[in-house]
Amino acid sequence: MIEIENLHKSFGQQVVLNGVNLTIRDGESLVIIGQSGCGKSVLLKHIVALLQPDSGRVVVDGQDVFSLRHKELMAYRKKVGVLFQFGALFDSMTVGENVGFCLRENMGMHSKDIIPIVAEKLKLVGLNGIEHKMPSEISGGMKKRVALARAIAAEPSILLYDEPTTGLDPITADMINELIVDVNKKLGVTSIAVTHDMASANKIADRIVMLYGGNVVWDGSPDEIVRTDNAMVKQFINGSMTGPIQVN
Amino acid sequence: MEKVPSAIDFSLTAIISGLGRLSIMMWRTVKALKSLFTSLHLILGQLYYIGVKSVWLISITSVFTGAVSAWQAAYQFEGYVPLRYLGGAVGKTVLIELSPVLTALVIAGRVGAGIAAELGSMKVTEQIDAMESMAVDPIRYLVMPRFVAGIIMLPILTLLSDFIAMMGALIVAVSFVEMSSEMFINGFKQMFIMSDLTSGLIKAACFGAIISMMGCYHGFNTDGGAQGVGLSTTQSVVASAVLILIADYVMATILFSI
Repeated sequence: MIEIENLHKSFGQQVVLNGVNLTIRDGESLVIIGQSGCGKSVLLKHIVALLQPDSGRVVVDGQDVFSLRHKELMAYRKKVGVLFQFGALFDSMTVGENVGFCLRENMGMHSKDIIPIVAEKLKLVGLNGIEHKMPSEISGGMKKRVALARAIAAEPSILLYDEPTTGLDPITADMINELIVDVNKKLGVTSIAVTHDMASANKIADRIVMLYGGNVVWDGSPDEIVRTDNAMVKQFINGSMTGPIQVN
Repeated sequence: MEKVPSAIDFSLTAIISGLGRLSIMMWRTVKALKSLFTSLHLILGQLYYIGVKSVWLISITSVFTGAVSAWQAAYQFEGYVPLRYLGGAVGKTVLIELSPVLTALVIAGRVGAGIAAELGSMKVTEQIDAMESMAVDPIRYLVMPRFVAGIIMLPILTLLSDFIAMMGALIVAVSFVEMSSEMFINGFKQMFIMSDLTSGLIKAACFGAIISMMGCYHGFNTDGGAQGVGLSTTQSVVASAVLILIADYVMATILFSI
């Protein structure tokens, strides 16, 4: 279980997270929606301890991730897979080296053991036989799928998706959404995705929360979000400039 | 969220926080040396990039450095100092000062800028975050191999530069100053002492640490996009050049106490 307790984070004068409280149950697929720049990605980076909060805690399976010692933090991060917004593939490495990076550098596995795992993970995301290609030789959608294969290579128990469909055409975006649902089901992971793509949110979420003003302002299921009369959620879903959400 | 700095910030707060971050990075790099033997493949890659790929550049700059030293020395000796001392005077200048400093400045331009640009691009495209999220320490994987390779390769490149610069000086002495090669070499041998060579190499190792550390530090602290990467690259080269010259003076006072 992941418990986010009273999380505060500011960058200079700009308050990004203003006391976020959120609990994610084991095996749940949570989607965080909200405007661009509302702190969704910042919240995700706190969960994997890439950012330190000004105050508050992120407790995963009873452990506060910000009070972990270096070795404990490394052990925790091995349980977490992250799909970054633009893939964040290592551009000096081949696709195969990217997917096998964690296995080689972190788990000390040998090439002969890594090769079949890389092939299996690439097959899982529908990309057979592209191990030798460079990231610059593949499309944006393929990059996202390779990044997903890399995120699941070490078989994590928690998967974090940062804007998994941003910058993709609707068909490729839908394919990524299907893939996320499939991977979550097959691996039985707890997943948290941040997005402002409602089609993606409805497809992959067991539960949706909306972030606004550094706080969670709505929490419910994909069915409930369609029927909600929360003005902020309605404005966001309808993509309207008028409403309680201030557009800067 | 993070704005791209448009110029180098010289405020006291920025300097103190920068020194703090640099100290932490250096400490983490020293701690990462315990993984030296398991990171040999990474170090070898950097030895190749910093050293082997710089050989031509260093060769070209060194041959002209030696040539111009001989020419200028011969001009200044005229009527005051016998030409038989030319080899010795050029040798001391090259070994103690010119080769270590000019090699370091050239490498700061080629390698330091390259490191800052590469790591800066990795930072702004979240590749460093991705590495960290996979429980791989970026200091161990990216910084330590460059640091070690810088310390090893700069003295080797300086040694190469010493040799090529002396060859350049010899060619000028024989071709234009009307000296025999024996006279030039005997002059060099007469005034050569081993500590001239070793002190130059010690300085080079220190310059190697400065170049790699500045490249890594500015790369890791890149903000924004392409503009931020460009700024980091500039900052890395400027900081390396200034620190090389300051360190050169400090080490001269230590190694050559009057």
